[in-house]
Amino acid sequence: MSIWIAIAATAVGCYLVKLVGLLVPAHTLERPLVQRLAALLPVALLAALTAQQTFSTGQSLVVDARATGLGAAALALLLRAPFLVIVGAAVAVTAGVRALGG
Amino acid sequence: MAAGEGPGEAVPCVTLAVSVPGTPPEPGDASAARQDSAPCEGSSAPGETTPGRGDGPAPKPDSAVVRDALGVGIAVGLSGFAFGVTSAGSGLTLLQTCALSLFVFTGASQFALVGAIAAGGNPLAAAAGAFFLGVRNAFYGLRLSQLLALPRFVRPFAAHWVIDETTAVALAQPTRRSVRIGFTLTGLTLYVLWNLTTLLGALGAEALGDTEAWGLDAAGPAVFLALLAPMLRTATERAAAGLAVLLGLGFLPVLPAGVPVLVAALAAPAVLWLKGRAIGDHAGRTTRTQRKEQDR
Repeated sequence: MSIWIAIAATAVGCYLVKLVGLLVPAHTLERPLVQRLAALLPVALLAALTAQQTFSTGQSLVVDARATGLGAAALALLLRAPFLVIVGAAVAVTAGVRALGG
Repeated sequence: MAAGEGPGEAVPCVTLAVSVPGTPPEPGDASAARQDSAPCEGSSAPGETTPGRGDGPAPKPDSAVVRDALGVGIAVGLSGFAFGVTSAGSGLTLLQTCALSLFVFTGASQFALVGAIAAGGNPLAAAAGAFFLGVRNAFYGLRLSQLLALPRFVRPFAAHWVIDETTAVALAQPTRRSVRIGFTLTGLTLYVLWNLTTLLGALGAEALGDTEAWGLDAAGPAVFLALLAPMLRTATERAAAGLAVLLGLGFLPVLPAGVPVLVAALAAPAVLWLKGRAIGDHAGRTTRTQRKEQDR
């Protein structure tokens, strides 16, 4: 049940911010500080999420096969690989390391 | 939405110079002119990108717009498979997984939510993290509303498709007609495919059984990394990312699940504040030096 509450809250919240952009007068969000914060907020969130979902299990910090997988994704990124290849590399390398007992 | 070719803010910035002069000067539409004030470092002067201003914009064949839209829509739409698998692997039911793609429809938020739920987080903290990731869509909507110039009653329907990819395609178009075609076709292709592949991914995950053995728990963080990398353009972004990683990992063992990522989000205002102070200090010093020189 609580998962449904989270889904509903996310759906409503995400829809409303999309709608706000289309409805508000242009100058409302054009203040430079608001713009800079809006650009920087996803950077902070994505960085934290990447780190957490790679280096933690529950509430403990761990280094396991996922770290190798993320390394492969980073390499694919540097080689300018397409999006699906980046994700595929992470999955394949993680699975490979686990299969080898890593 | 999860997207490799999705824009960091870089894409709209680069394309803005092209799309602004291209916007048809419709009567009574002052909003298009406001685009000139959008911050866009390093863009060329408007004059250079307006061949034949006054002759009207050079039209782009509809077929070229359709190619742009389908290319992005199909490539990114297929990655819904990764979301379906991750979501099912995080313990969400088939119905919950599909509801997320149908009603949230912005990939990064969806991945963040299922990740937080998998970690055993409080549902409202999980939703808050997903919500903050979705806030950037408001700023896409702001630019799109000027370019699309939709009637007010259409906007609530168009809003659901205001995401990274539709914005990137729409902002790259030279005329209002092609902006509208690009936005609508990218949105439609992506919405249909993303939801289909989500369903297939969730069904596939159930068939696979242990998704961790297949390395599928690495898909979520890889998606985040792919979204993040193009955004790390200047020292400010890198500092915010580095601080966020420290905060996110540092508070993970001590705060309830889902809360550390919200603490990490504070890295954004913190870095902006520090940067503002550094600039302020510098300005202050310069003024003092100048004053000293005047005293002499």
